[in-house]
Amino acid sequence: MSRVLVGVKRVIDYAVKVRVKPDKSGVVVDGVKHSMNPFDEIAVEEAVRLKEKKIASEVIAVSCGPAQAQETLRTALAMGADRAIHVEVAGAEYETLQPLHVAKILAKLSKDEKADLVIVGKQAIDDDSNQTAQMTAALLDWPQGTFASKVEKSDAGLTITREIDGGLEVIKTKLPAVVSADLRLNEPRYATLPNIMKAKKKPLKKVTAKDLGVDIAPRIKIVSVEDPPVRQAGSIVPDVDTLVAKLKEKGHV
Amino acid sequence: MLSIRKPLTSLLQLHCKSNVLVQIRHASQALPQFSWEKYNVKRKNFGTIQSSDIGFFKSILDEKRVLTDENDILPYNIDWIKNCRGQSKLVLRPKTTEEVSKILKYCNDRRLAVCPQGGNTGLVGGSVPVFDEIVLSFALMNKIISLDSVSGSMVCEAGCILENLDNYVRERGLIMPLDLGAKGTCHIGGNVSTNAGGLRLLRYGNLHGSILGIEAVKADGTVIDCLKSLKKDNTGYHLKHLFIGSEGTLGLVTKVAIHCPVLPNAVNLGFFGVKNFDNILKLYKSAKKNLGEILSAFEMADFDAINTTVRNLKLPNPIADYPFYVLVETHGSNEAHDSEKLMSFLSKEMETGLILDGTVTSEPAKMQTIWNLRESIAGASLKSGYIFKYDVSIPQKHYYDLVPILKKRMGGRAVSVYGYGHVGDGNIHINVVVPEYNSEVASLMEPYIFEEVSKVNGSISAEHGIGFRKPKYIHYSKDQSALHLMSDLKKLMDPNGILNPYKVLPDEP
Ligand SMILES: Cc1cc2nc3c(=O)[nH]c(=O)nc-3n(C[C@H](O)[C@H](O)[C@H](O)COP(=O)(O)OP(=O)(O)OC[C@H]3O[C@@H](n4cnc5c(N)ncnc54)[C@H](O)[C@@H]3O)c2cc1C
Ligand SMILES: Cc1cc2nc3c(=O)[nH]c(=O)nc-3n(C[C@H](O)[C@H](O)[C@H](O)COP(=O)(O)OP(=O)(O)OC[C@H]3O[C@@H](n4cnc5c(N)ncnc54)[C@H](O)[C@@H]3O)c2cc1C
Repeated sequence: MSRVLVGVKRVIDYAVKVRVKPDKSGVVVDGVKHSMNPFDEIAVEEAVRLKEKKIASEVIAVSCGPAQAQETLRTALAMGADRAIHVEVAGAEYETLQPLHVAKILAKLSKDEKADLVIVGKQAIDDDSNQTAQMTAALLDWPQGTFASKVEKSDAGLTITREIDGGLEVIKTKLPAVVSADLRLNEPRYATLPNIMKAKKKPLKKVTAKDLGVDIAPRIKIVSVEDPPVRQAGSIVPDVDTLVAKLKEKGHV
Repeated sequence: MLSIRKPLTSLLQLHCKSNVLVQIRHASQALPQFSWEKYNVKRKNFGTIQSSDIGFFKSILDEKRVLTDENDILPYNIDWIKNCRGQSKLVLRPKTTEEVSKILKYCNDRRLAVCPQGGNTGLVGGSVPVFDEIVLSFALMNKIISLDSVSGSMVCEAGCILENLDNYVRERGLIMPLDLGAKGTCHIGGNVSTNAGGLRLLRYGNLHGSILGIEAVKADGTVIDCLKSLKKDNTGYHLKHLFIGSEGTLGLVTKVAIHCPVLPNAVNLGFFGVKNFDNILKLYKSAKKNLGEILSAFEMADFDAINTTVRNLKLPNPIADYPFYVLVETHGSNEAHDSEKLMSFLSKEMETGLILDGTVTSEPAKMQTIWNLRESIAGASLKSGYIFKYDVSIPQKHYYDLVPILKKRMGGRAVSVYGYGHVGDGNIHINVVVPEYNSEVASLMEPYIFEEVSKVNGSISAEHGIGFRKPKYIHYSKDQSALHLMSDLKKLMDPNGILNPYKVLPDEP
């Protein structure tokens, strides 16, 4: 295997409280701290480990998004990716960018870059779609190993342990393939200082969806973004009798 | 608390600070020995609680706020490090200053002793009774009264939890001027009463500067209103300072006005490996010079401190093993400016070798993970036995000297001896972990450690206070003349000595 393509998305940092815009057109992103989607960090880590084990020879990080996506790419480079591709999608186009668009971009880049493996996070923590890996595999007609918690090289290709409802499933795939990273695949490293410095000098190429021949015209319209319902405060009752009485009163028993 | 976003709950549980605290609190279930037995204390001549007293308290608080059930009271009798245990039979939970005032007036008339309690995270046994003192808990006095977004001054009740206040002001573009590992549990009233220092004192100064005003109740129930929220107020004596750091012995703090600095736009956090302690001092000098006004914290921990925390609490260490670790935080207003400054400082010190390696980040979740590791050191050894905790100020050139000395002195008796703390403030925390408390080990360390600190003109308590554990050692750091004045003040403000007896003031000969 020679080349791994990793998809990394810039999302609102998971330690930050997300706020809905007053006009309900989306969430507030201005002045809000963003980071790499945590599942994509796991994907980058896995790719870099494959390289360290000499299974992969090159790791390319790809991010679709506004100019700031380059910060996320620098993080991937600092973690050990060799080079980066920024697919610039900004403004209104970015707001309606969907997994299908991203999958088309990743599929095209995989071919252009002659990738043998695409790794992405199983989902992004902003829109929680969990579609990009599957769609990319379908568009390329490559095998897929989604929700991976272990990836090993075998003679014919990869042996992938998948997290499924009720347990683990082990599958074998040929290469090229698409893998989506689950939480337990690895613990992503913190970029070390020398690598943070080096990352600033690593190559970062900028392209547009148009350059790649991918149509990103919106397929959806955002009607309204709402806060989840507020959880009702609980109350403490003095004893079991009162509890039963209250439950009866509300028609639960 | 963080906002928990669904797919990451498991990751978040690893990182959530408050969880760590809760986990630690329940780690060891064995009850500590009674303080009076352990430290051989005699009960002073206070009144004892009669059923008529309970009747009175029930008449001013509703019944639910008068706790008399042994099980309900147990947590109020035991301190956070499970070293001290009192025998209180009564806990009162007032909601207003007026209630506090009525309680104290009554207690003063009846000579009933009172132990004020905030979040009960104090580390010197000040927050729990020794005998049957009535515990007066501030937990229900938790209202925020006002916030002035122009001046940054907030007025709130004493029982507000520090982290709740921080979350509240952050939503409004400000931060609390103090931050400490106990933030999810400790109260602002407790912080004020202990003059808590913490992680950002280096940048935002101590509470004598940030506290603008205080409302307090004297032992006889008189409410002292010094609750101005002005930055400048030179009218007469600066009485609020009497309540900052007096650990509940001069009066009970009921409300505070505190100055909140602006929430920084740009925050960076670095965590580095360093070869030896001398290099930490060199790095500190360099950080002050090169990071200047954006430096907000400079903390250190030795290998054993980090390693114990990583192992006992199963926390990730973001970098490799090093003899010493340094944590450097910056708070500033311009991301580009700050990161340029930080990067040139880091490149320079990587070249000189002061920094061996490490990581730096501006991502909130990653910063939280690193801070969490640092903040968890304090409780990490509760699982492995009993911790003798020392919190001393030492001139920086001698800062780390005591750790190897104590290691040698303790030999095989200690599970581990490690040092960590606020280098920037000259304040080191030394933890000596032993399988189990015993007086032989205690006598090896005390007063030895205090004598050593006194020799280099240090302080035997940099930030935790004197509490129950250290009155008999206070003379190592305070002159007799000052102790006499303290005693005079105590007599003036609390003539019957009902407020937090057995604490802070040494026994009169
Ligand atoms: C994990 C951890 C980390 C810590 N880190 C630091 C640190 O970095 N820096 C630092 O300075 N300290 C630190 N501490 C100790 C610190 O003193 C306390 O955490 C905190 O300031 C005490 O607040 P509390 O509300 O828990 O007070 P308590 O423990 O309840 O009380 C402390 C003292 O104040 C008195 N008191 C409480 N409330 C009032 C009131 N309203 N009026 C009058 N008296 C009152 C009590 O009687 C007692 O003497 C740490 C503690 C822990 C457990
Ligand atoms: C041109 C000018 C500008 C000023 N600007 C400011 C300003 O910007 N901000 C500000 O706060 N003030 C300002 N002031 C007033 C300020 O209070 C004084 O200038 C200064 O702080 C007083 O110092 P002093 O040594 O002159 O004290 P004095 O005037 O000698 O004494 C002031 C008071 O302190 C007492 N005192 C003096 N020394 C001692 C001591 N050692 N122990 C006990 N008590 C003592 C005196 O009895 C008196 O009550 C200004 C004054 C002038 C004339």
